[in-house]
Amino acid sequence: MSIETTASPEVKKEPLFSKKNRKVLTDPLDDINPVTVQILGICSALAVTTQVKPAIIMALGVTMVAAFSNLIIALIRDSIPGRIRMIVQLVIVALLVTIVDQLLKAYMFDVSKKLSVFVGLIITNCIIMGRLEAFAMAQKPWPSFLDGIGNGLGYGMILVIVAIFRELFGSGSLLGFKIVPQWMYDAGYVNNGLMMLPPAALFIIGMFIWLQRSRNQKLINVS
Amino acid sequence: MHSNRYTFIYAIALSVITAVVLAFAAEGLRPAQAANIALDKKTSILRSVRYDGAERAAIEKLYTASVRELVVNAQGEELSGIDAFAVVLKNELDKPVEERQLPLYIYTGEDGKKRYVIPMQGVGLWGPIWGYISLEEDFNTVYGAFFDHKSETPGLGAEIAEKPFQMQFQGKKFMDADHNFVSVHVVKKAAKLNLDPEHRVDGISGGTITSTGTDNMLRKCVKPYLGYFGKVKS
Repeated sequence: MSIETTASPEVKKEPLFSKKNRKVLTDPLDDINPVTVQILGICSALAVTTQVKPAIIMALGVTMVAAFSNLIIALIRDSIPGRIRMIVQLVIVALLVTIVDQLLKAYMFDVSKKLSVFVGLIITNCIIMGRLEAFAMAQKPWPSFLDGIGNGLGYGMILVIVAIFRELFGSGSLLGFKIVPQWMYDAGYVNNGLMMLPPAALFIIGMFIWLQRSRNQKLINVS
Repeated sequence: MHSNRYTFIYAIALSVITAVVLAFAAEGLRPAQAANIALDKKTSILRSVRYDGAERAAIEKLYTASVRELVVNAQGEELSGIDAFAVVLKNELDKPVEERQLPLYIYTGEDGKKRYVIPMQGVGLWGPIWGYISLEEDFNTVYGAFFDHKSETPGLGAEIAEKPFQMQFQGKKFMDADHNFVSVHVVKKAAKLNLDPEHRVDGISGGTITSTGTDNMLRKCVKPYLGYFGKVKS
């Protein structure tokens, strides 16, 4: 399901942003990126990336849910009965997602209309359950919280990159502002309709993985 | 390993706690959500009369100043004491035509002309679709249209919520020269139909079911208003 995380050795008192904690936060941005390396959360990466704005909101939503579900699960990890641990995780995740959904409906109605079902689908985003199982169940609250933020940001980074390509070439705009000038359309430039369809996201993610693997030595020949 | 008893108690306690938290969140946010939904409806109505603004306060102000709400029935009588804004269209469509309460929004433009905005509700591919269509004072020519949907496929059915599709409706006519109701049909460009161009718009390629749903919605939802329009005219 996901990459193994380093087991935490017994430490006495470590600073909030110790080297290890910083690594927990930054690793998901590259070395163990949830989308391009762990290959989690692809489904929503295809769905919400036609424009940059929903991608950013989705990224924030997933980051928030991942961070707080990791935190809560890590806090209660010793009390969770082993036999129902997945159900407990799911309940916590569903609780947080529902709250995010309600908040969006109350304060960012346009965005909530655009994201519609995808907010609810954060619950099934593999990143969240994956990190809960792989990290939060065995780690202290603070590193877990950082891991959630790191993974949310790693996911969000890919989402925004993909969305920038898709919005720029698919609609000629970024964040809703026209980028491609009218004279280019007059000269015969046409927006690429494929960019608006889900397969375009797969192509872009694929190329990103290619680029990342050719550059990052750690990812070469791990299979 | 935890005991069965512990597991049961844990599960129950967790459920109760999450339920309480969610209940508080839902109740606390309800007023803000209801305000958003109402504003969204007002915005949609104004979109159908070619208003493009997005600013909250401006929409509220324009709506209050220039839209009159009323409820009519299929016989053309004006019903009093009913809040047009609160009528649930979906429930009305389940009733026989004679018993329906038909909300109507009359928008008075800056030019002093009235536009009659008819709310519509129908079925798309994945869920409900709805819209507002505004007619000129001749109760025939379309001034503007606005459609929206719950969960149609982006790029396909969801195109009904986009400007290019909606712009097509401007200037179309619901009646033929003999004052018979023809509706505005959403059809394939290539379809060989004996329909004048003013009675049809192009459907969406790849969004056939949503296009058909829009077509049905237009026919079903506009016709009951003919009684009222006939009365106003005479």
